[in-house]
Amino acid sequence: MAPRTLYDKIWDDHVVHQAEDGTCLLYIDRHLVHEVTSPQAFEGLRMTGRKVRAPEKTIAVPDHNVPTTLDRANAATMTEDSRIQVAALDKNAKDFGINYYPVSDVRQGIVHIVGPEQGWTLPGMTVVCGDSHTATHGAFGALAHGIGTSEVEHVLATQTLIQRKGKNMKVEITGSLRPGVTAKDITLSVIGATGTAGGTGYVIEYCGQAIRELSMEGRMTVCNMAIEGGARAGLIAPDEKTFAYCMGRPHAPKGAKWEAALAYWKTLYTDEGAHFDKVVTIRGEDIAPVVTWGTSPEDVLPITDVVPAPESFSGGKVDAAKRSLDYMGLQPGQKLTDIAIDTVFIGSCTNGRIEDLRAAAAILKGKKIKVKRAMVVPGSGLVRAQAEEEGLAQIFIDAGFEWRLAGCSMCLAMNPDQLSPGERCAATSNRNFEGRQGRGGRTHLMSPAMAAAAAITGHLTDVRELMGEMV
Amino acid sequence: MEKFTTLTGIAAPMPLVNIDTDMIIPKQFLKTIQRSGLGKNLFDEMRYTPDGQEIPDFVLNQPAYRKAQIIVAGDNFGCGSSREHAPWALLDFGIRCVISTSFADIFYNNCFKNGILPVVLPPEAVAHLMDDAKKGENARITVDLEDQTVTASDGKTFAFEIDAFKKHCLLNGLDDIGLTLEKASAIDAYEARTATLRPWA
Ligand code: SF4
Repeated sequence: MAPRTLYDKIWDDHVVHQAEDGTCLLYIDRHLVHEVTSPQAFEGLRMTGRKVRAPEKTIAVPDHNVPTTLDRANAATMTEDSRIQVAALDKNAKDFGINYYPVSDVRQGIVHIVGPEQGWTLPGMTVVCGDSHTATHGAFGALAHGIGTSEVEHVLATQTLIQRKGKNMKVEITGSLRPGVTAKDITLSVIGATGTAGGTGYVIEYCGQAIRELSMEGRMTVCNMAIEGGARAGLIAPDEKTFAYCMGRPHAPKGAKWEAALAYWKTLYTDEGAHFDKVVTIRGEDIAPVVTWGTSPEDVLPITDVVPAPESFSGGKVDAAKRSLDYMGLQPGQKLTDIAIDTVFIGSCTNGRIEDLRAAAAILKGKKIKVKRAMVVPGSGLVRAQAEEEGLAQIFIDAGFEWRLAGCSMCLAMNPDQLSPGERCAATSNRNFEGRQGRGGRTHLMSPAMAAAAAITGHLTDVRELMGEMV
Repeated sequence: MEKFTTLTGIAAPMPLVNIDTDMIIPKQFLKTIQRSGLGKNLFDEMRYTPDGQEIPDFVLNQPAYRKAQIIVAGDNFGCGSSREHAPWALLDFGIRCVISTSFADIFYNNCFKNGILPVVLPPEAVAHLMDDAKKGENARITVDLEDQTVTASDGKTFAFEIDAFKKHCLLNGLDDIGLTLEKASAIDAYEARTATLRPWA
C-alpha cells in the first residue's frame, strides 16, 4: 500500500460507502452535543419520527449559556431564553437516551474539555460536534471537526456524515520552545503565518519536536485553534503521552480491550514518504510570546512589537485592518506593551485546563491584580476541583480574581459574563472578533501566563520579564 | 428544503474580508430553539445602533439593497463559529446566494443544507461582480446553478465549479438524511465489522 498520512488512515477506517464521484459516507464514533446548536436537530428528529441511531456514542453537556457564578443553581441567574435552551437539552438527552452531564453534575464543563476528560475521545476515532472547536480532540490523533445543526441531525439519525476528503497539510514546529513560550503561542503564530484561510480545505497534522514536547493539554490548545486557521481539523499523532492520558479514564477501554486498542493506536502515524499537499515549517526557537492586536486571530504579533499600520497590508486587508484598529481603539506604531487592560479572562476550551491554571497561578502567586476585574473560569467541574486541591484557586482569589464555576463564559458571552463597550480584555480564549465577548468589547488573545502577567501590571506585558523576577 | 435552480436578483456588495459568523448573527440571537425568524437580526451589530436604530450606511439598510437576494462578499466569508444560525438568518432575510473568492468550510457546507448557493469565483470575477453590485437595484445579477454560471448586469458571464452531489441535492431540494437512510444496510455492515475490529470505539 502507498504510504499514508495519519489523516488518510483514520479516514480509510471510517468509510461506510463511497460514491463514484468520491463523496463518502463517514462513520462517526463520538458525537458531542451542547445546548445551542442542537435544539433544532432534535426537533427535526421528532418531526420525522426518527430516533438517535447510537445513543451510547452520543454525549451531551450544557456549557455555552450556563452562568458560572456560584449561585447558578438558582434558575433566576439565567435569562428566560437561556433557561429554555438548557431545559430543551435536559429533555432531549432524557427522551433520546443519550449520555448526559447536567449543570448540577461535577463533571459538567465545556464539551471539548469533558470529552477527553471522561475518556470519550480516544485515538483514531472520528469525533464531531455542532461546534467549530471540535478540532480540539485532534490532539489525541482523532479526526475531529465541527458541523452545523443539519449535520448534527444527520449524525443523530444515521451516525454518519456525508463528506468529501480534505487535503493533507503538515505544520512542523522544529526544535524546542524558549522559556515563557507556550502551546498558545505556537497556535497563534501558525495562524499569523498562514492566515485565517490558510488551512481552508485541509486537515492539518501538527508535528515536530516542539509538538512532541507538549503535554496533552498543550496539544489540545494547539489543535483547538486549527479552525481559526481555516482547517477542518487538526491532528497530532498519538504517542506514550496520549496513551498515558487515556488510561483509566471512565470511558476508556479496560483489560483486553485496552491492549487491543493500544495495538491499533500504535499504527496511527504518518508513514514515511506520505504526501502532504502543503507544508509549513516554523522553528520553535523563533516563536515568541504573542498577542493579537486586531479583530481576526491572524492579527497576531510578538509582544515586543508595535501596532501595525493598515497600509503595511495589501488587498482587502488594508480596509479590514483600518476597521480593526478603529474598533480596537489603537494607533499604528503604539507599543503593544503600552496597551492598558481593563479585564482579564482565563478559561475556554483553548486554555481552561489544569495546566493552563497552573501556568497562570505560577505568575500570580503572591501578587495582586491591577486590572478592574479578572476571572478564572475552569473548563470543567473536575478541573475546578483539582485546582482547589492543588491550592491554585487560593492563589487566584488572593490575587483578586473571581473563581468561577465551569462553562464557556466570557469566551463568547452568551451568559451574563460580558464586556461592556470599549472594555479591553486580555483573554485566553480563541476569537477576537468584533463583539465576541460583548458588544463593543475589545479582545486581545494570548496564553494564560501572558494573561496573568497583564493582570498584575495592568497592561499587555512580556511574561518573560516577570519570569526573570521569579528566578 | 427549497430547491435552487436559477435566481435573478439584487446583489448587495460587502467587500470586507473575513466576515465571520459572529458578524452575520451575533450570539445573543442563538438562544432560539427554532430555525426561523432570524432575518431581522442578520448582521445585527453592523446594521443597528445599540438602541435598535438602523445605521443608514450599512448596505442592507440602503433602499437599493433592502430586497437583496445575493451578497457579493470579500475573501473568506463565513469564518468562525459553526452556527447554522448564520445561513438561517441569511435565508430568513431573503438571501439565496453568496458570491466570494473563498468560504470557510463549515459555513460553506451549512449553506447547502438550507437551499443557499455559495459561489466561489476568482478574484477578478468577484471584483467585477462587486462593482456591478455597487450600481444598486438596477444591476441584477443572474445565477444559474444548472449551467454553473453567474451573469453580471452587463452580460458578462462567469463559470463556477461545484461538487456534483451538492449540486444535485440543491437542484432537487433533497434531504440528506433521507438519502443516507437508504444506505442503512451499509451502515449496519460497517458497525458489525468494526464491532470485532475496534470493540472499544
Ligand atoms: S469555550 Fe468558547 S470556543 Fe470553546 S466551545 Fe465554549 S464558546 Fe466555543
